[in-house]
Amino acid sequence: MADDRKKLSMTLGESLRQQGVSRRGFLKYCAATASMMALPPTMVPAIAQALEKAKRPSVIWLSFQECTGCTESLTRSHSPSVENLIFDHISLDYHHTLQVASGDAAEAAREAAMHENEGKYIVVVDGSIPLANPGYSAIAGISNLQMLEETVAGAAAVVAVGSCAAFGGLPHANPNPTGAVSVGEIIKDKPVVNVSGCPPIPTVITGVLAHFLTFGSLPELDALGRPMVFFGQSIHDRCYRRPFYDKGLFAETFDDEGARKGWCLFRLGCKGPMTYNACATAKWNQGTSWPVESGHGCLGCSEPDFWDAGGFYNALSIPDSDLTRKTGYVVGAGVALGAVAGALNRSTRAKAAAKHETVTIEDLDKKS
Amino acid sequence: MSTSIDFLLWVRGPGFDIALFIFVVGVLIRLLEVVILGRKPDYSEPRGAELGAGLLTLVTRTAPEGGSFKRSPFTVVGGYIWHIGFLVSLFLFVPHIELIDSVLGIRWPGIASNLVDAISAVTIVTLVAMLFSRLTHPVKRFLSGPEDYLTWLVTFLPMLTGYLAYHRMIDPYPLVLGLHILSVELLMVLFPFTKLMHAFTFIIARWYNGAMAGRRGVQS
Ligand code: SF4
Ligand code: SF4
Repeated sequence: MADDRKKLSMTLGESLRQQGVSRRGFLKYCAATASMMALPPTMVPAIAQALEKAKRPSVIWLSFQECTGCTESLTRSHSPSVENLIFDHISLDYHHTLQVASGDAAEAAREAAMHENEGKYIVVVDGSIPLANPGYSAIAGISNLQMLEETVAGAAAVVAVGSCAAFGGLPHANPNPTGAVSVGEIIKDKPVVNVSGCPPIPTVITGVLAHFLTFGSLPELDALGRPMVFFGQSIHDRCYRRPFYDKGLFAETFDDEGARKGWCLFRLGCKGPMTYNACATAKWNQGTSWPVESGHGCLGCSEPDFWDAGGFYNALSIPDSDLTRKTGYVVGAGVALGAVAGALNRSTRAKAAAKHETVTIEDLDKKS
Repeated sequence: MSTSIDFLLWVRGPGFDIALFIFVVGVLIRLLEVVILGRKPDYSEPRGAELGAGLLTLVTRTAPEGGSFKRSPFTVVGGYIWHIGFLVSLFLFVPHIELIDSVLGIRWPGIASNLVDAISAVTIVTLVAMLFSRLTHPVKRFLSGPEDYLTWLVTFLPMLTGYLAYHRMIDPYPLVLGLHILSVELLMVLFPFTKLMHAFTFIIARWYNGAMAGRRGVQS
């Protein structure tokens, strides 16, 4: 802890040098940071200068209704990596999955970090917050809502990591039994960055933290509060299978000729066209591959309510309901109503025929 | 939270159900009430077969007719272009085939998306030109009522929004895709109650003209 305190007062440059990182290594790190934040290489000197002087920010990580997948994703970042460097250089003061302390000691660490870094620390949240009943999810007897409000009160910024924290995610899926909401629905008076994904790409999580560390500010956000640099383009726009989509060449099953030739997965349910995320460029598993490259369509995991957006294997253009059954009912109803309308028409005609009075020439003569 | 995804989910879910209901029920009512009403029995001795002649007029009345082509070539050519373009974009674009398959369980091969794209561009331009001619040609203008403009609009909107969605010209994509689906739902809802019904009734009308003539043994 005391060691940590000392580190906290050190700049990042000092701390790196102390760990024996050379100037060259440092610049390499800056270049990696720039590419991670999707900034041009011309920004490297500015980043180096900023990082040299940057202080280790305190990070408090809160986990609510979540599956720990986001933390798993983060810790799966390859090593030695930019991510590790960053995590050596932020002070992760509270993360109940990763920290050693537990119980009261853990909560004390959170309170100490909040107190000492008042107004400067970053709160990272994964998981959604249940509003239906505070008892649905609590830590050390403190409800998620209370812990969030309390912790965020003195924070500089909030990063909602994963689709649950960003949009409610799986707990929020219909019928949302716990009344789960996203962080952004509760926190209105602090900047909230949504790093969505189920889970989010590790380099995207660290890229946002790197941005804050480097510039002391949050990156530019899209309409859903996601950093533009990572979520500015859709999967479909960056997908290497896109030429097949344009040519109309689609795989129809997972092991047909088209699938083997790497054709577009739209017909197999790929939600790439509606999904904004960096998978196609950042890739997964140390840059090995990404879902579409491995032959499976995108599920749309970085978009709100993707769980409720219909079957994962239904093409994006297919409406969500059980259409074949409904069409059957609707046709039945149409035939029945049509028959009724037809019968009414016939009876109108029959009545008209019955009422019809025959007029003879004599009748006309009489009248005139 | 109300996002563009919520909007997309609504138009793909409840919105589509409502539109499908009105469309299918409306079309069936309008067709059945005509068919069930029937015609007076014809007691005269038939002088020819109805079936062949009926089928023949289905084809001949769909093909362009020389006289009207000479009188108003633009209307005829433009009409063909956009009708064919509309049908190609509707039935040969792969995402649409997926939708039809999910509703009716039948499918057929599509064509390249960028070919559909080019055809839709031509269709959109033709539709605009047709509207322009309707507004400027004194006779067409005189003959046009509000329903003509309404049906033009609900036919044009799906083409336009489809084009915008394909080219991802409105951000975010779920919004423009949702608008496209909504515009189609509008078309489906108005379809049974407007002259758009001709897309179904033309078959009955053209067949009947030929069949009637065929029975009487005259040329149609
Ligand atoms: S595989 Fe998916 S993301 Fe790639 S082109 Fe096809 S639909 Fe778009
Ligand atoms: S490809 Fe789609 S579903 Fe898969 S991780 Fe990326 S955004 Fe999520």
